[in-house]
Amino acid sequence: MIAYLLRRILYAIPILIGVNLLTFMLFFVVNTPDDMARMQLGMKRVTQDAIDKWKAQRGYDKPLLYNPSAAGTAKLTETIFYSKSASMFVFDFGYADDGRNISREIVTRMVPSLVIAVPTFIVGLLVYISFALLMTLFRGTRLDAAAVALCVVLMSVSTLFYIICGQFLVSKVWHWVPISGYAGGADSLRFILLPVLIGVIASIGSSSRWYRTIFLEEVGREYVRTARAKGLSEISVMFRHVLKNAMIPILTGVVAVIPLLFMGSLLTESFFGIPGLGSFTIDAIQSQDFGIVRAMVFLGSAMYILGLILTDISYTLVDPRVRLA
Amino acid sequence: MSFKPVILWTDGMIFLLLALAVAGIWWIRQRPHLLLPWQRLARSRVGMVSALILSLFVLTGLLDTLHYRPALTGSHENGKSAYSTEVVSVLDLILTDLRSHTEKTYSAPLSAYLYAKESLQHADGKIVREFPRLKFGGAHLAIPEQELDGDVFKRTIRGIFAGWVSGMLLVLLIVSVAAARSRVKVRDWVEARRGSPLNAVFATIVLLAILFGVVAHLAGAYHVLGTDKVGIDVLYLSLKSIRTGLVIGTVTTLVMLPFAIFLGIAAGYFRGWVDDVIQYVYTVLSSIPSVLLIAAAVLMMQITIEKHAEWFSSSAERADLRLLFLCMILGVTSWTSLCRFLRGEALKLREMEYIQAAQAFGVSSLRILSRHILPNVMHIVLITVVMDFSSLVLAEAVLSYVGVGVDPSTNSFGTLINNARLEMGREPMVWWTLVSAFSFMLVLVLAANLLADAVRDAFDPRLNRAQTAQEGEA
Repeated sequence: MIAYLLRRILYAIPILIGVNLLTFMLFFVVNTPDDMARMQLGMKRVTQDAIDKWKAQRGYDKPLLYNPSAAGTAKLTETIFYSKSASMFVFDFGYADDGRNISREIVTRMVPSLVIAVPTFIVGLLVYISFALLMTLFRGTRLDAAAVALCVVLMSVSTLFYIICGQFLVSKVWHWVPISGYAGGADSLRFILLPVLIGVIASIGSSSRWYRTIFLEEVGREYVRTARAKGLSEISVMFRHVLKNAMIPILTGVVAVIPLLFMGSLLTESFFGIPGLGSFTIDAIQSQDFGIVRAMVFLGSAMYILGLILTDISYTLVDPRVRLA
Repeated sequence: MSFKPVILWTDGMIFLLLALAVAGIWWIRQRPHLLLPWQRLARSRVGMVSALILSLFVLTGLLDTLHYRPALTGSHENGKSAYSTEVVSVLDLILTDLRSHTEKTYSAPLSAYLYAKESLQHADGKIVREFPRLKFGGAHLAIPEQELDGDVFKRTIRGIFAGWVSGMLLVLLIVSVAAARSRVKVRDWVEARRGSPLNAVFATIVLLAILFGVVAHLAGAYHVLGTDKVGIDVLYLSLKSIRTGLVIGTVTTLVMLPFAIFLGIAAGYFRGWVDDVIQYVYTVLSSIPSVLLIAAAVLMMQITIEKHAEWFSSSAERADLRLLFLCMILGVTSWTSLCRFLRGEALKLREMEYIQAAQAFGVSSLRILSRHILPNVMHIVLITVVMDFSSLVLAEAVLSYVGVGVDPSTNSFGTLINNARLEMGREPMVWWTLVSAFSFMLVLVLAANLLADAVRDAFDPRLNRAQTAQEGEA
């Protein structure tokens, strides 16, 4: 198990390097360091001196990927790519173009992101599973068919509709909560209500249907028939047996997403004006702040890989038949 | 010539796709075993009805794909005619009335008045602030307050009647042609198909014809879905948006499929270092949050386009290239899951006896991949393609809304919604643009989702077995 985990973590390193290289190339294929300097200095006519100074200050005065003038391994290390990427592996993200410390910024912005993402995740899971369980309980009836049809319709509605409609109804017609924005502390409840609600509703169709298929697969198993043959009521078959066993595929599917909660939802945050990591990234892309984009992409990929590893571990935890080698 | 055909990049892609589809149909028609799942699909009522509705969308999109530049009248210089710089499509030609009937600004659906008040001079010289009459919407009415409702009602009834008659005629025509082709009496043909999904399809045809009749009758004199900020008919804008949605949903697939299929089955079949490399590539790509990758790539492309304005001869061309690029980016982010799927399937297939037999006979790897593995994973490819379509259409709207989607000058559901959202705060509310865009999108995506379900049911062998088992149990 330990050896397996170690191998997985070691395997993550080349992937993270690849991710870094990709972001790097994407950024610098159209933007030279000179362009960056010119944009940051914000003047139409900047002297080459000023540009060179800006580049030297921020370490952009080296070649991009390969330094022919250096010797030995320094050919690769004396480059912008190496000097900017190496420190990321110890989660030191350096400074943004306007001088903010990226790591500190990420830590402070993590809070609003988590405040939105965690309730959405938990409430959503509860709602989808109970909805799916109800559909399974009534499987084969008109009620089930109608619920499935409703799910397909809900799936086909654009997320934008939920957001625009929700913002309109809740904030303009009923005047319950503010339309967007964020405040810390207990006051945040007013602000997170709408994004959480809409986040849950937006994927109710697809998720419930997905969980329903998992439950249905489980209902067809032999042990369910045995349980019924023993004379258990349908309700207790559902809760004591089907739900318990269906938790295996549900849990393992869910675990992969947990680390990504951190990253915040880029879209939700920019729609609702929440100062979390998602809007942080979008703003950075728009102002072409390479430092932040690189840090966020790195963090996102690391979280994704962590999610994959956690999924594997969760398999062994919930299903004793699985052994990691 | 009075026009000059223009083939934009995405047009070319669509023609290629069309050619592939025609070739595919011809290929499948020759082979009964391939025809089987399609026949199963044809027995699904929901599937056939949604296919019919989708085909109407596709038809609209295709008409909108035939682009040309009309000749400018009266400019024949030494035998050569000059062409307008504006690129229009055949759909524009059909909808000339809708396109040219622009008002000054917003107007509600089926209204005779503008949305905003203006200072108007009456016949007696007095200047009054009031809602001016529209130039085209209800312009034939003398006193709209009294006549509007009656006129709309009259036109609706006429539309329903005309639509019903033409729908029935169309169905009758289809039935008699089909009966004549299979050389049976019309009555026997109908009798043989009692209870088949054809009845539902025919009913849908008649309903659609009625809808079409009503809209056509009303659109002649009104703006059925109102007008937008600069007075363009919203019905026209919605119809024009269809093409963008279809392009995103299909061209993206076309771009990603070769990579996903080839890399996926190669990784599963060859294993070893090939597998490692391919797995590495798709893990790297899929571990970057896709919205981030799309946003970054689109913004980089915007910079490139701004720097190289000289690459494009017209703004239509620029917007079109941007659309194509968006498809490519979406393709890059979405091929990984299909690739992983196919790899798993190929891993299973390579252990099959018939593959081992082929290997023992010394069949080349390339031939094994193309003759033995590829046909056996095609159902997965088809199911994924159809399933992805609707999510891509939805993604376009969200991306355009955030500002990393299509060019703002391209008609799409995303730009339509984006332009309309700011008007929610006005009193009285301007709701019609949003409602139209969302309704069109809902119908398109719902039809696609229902068709996807039907396709999955018809093609997934695992599901079919489970279903028959369930039926047997019951």
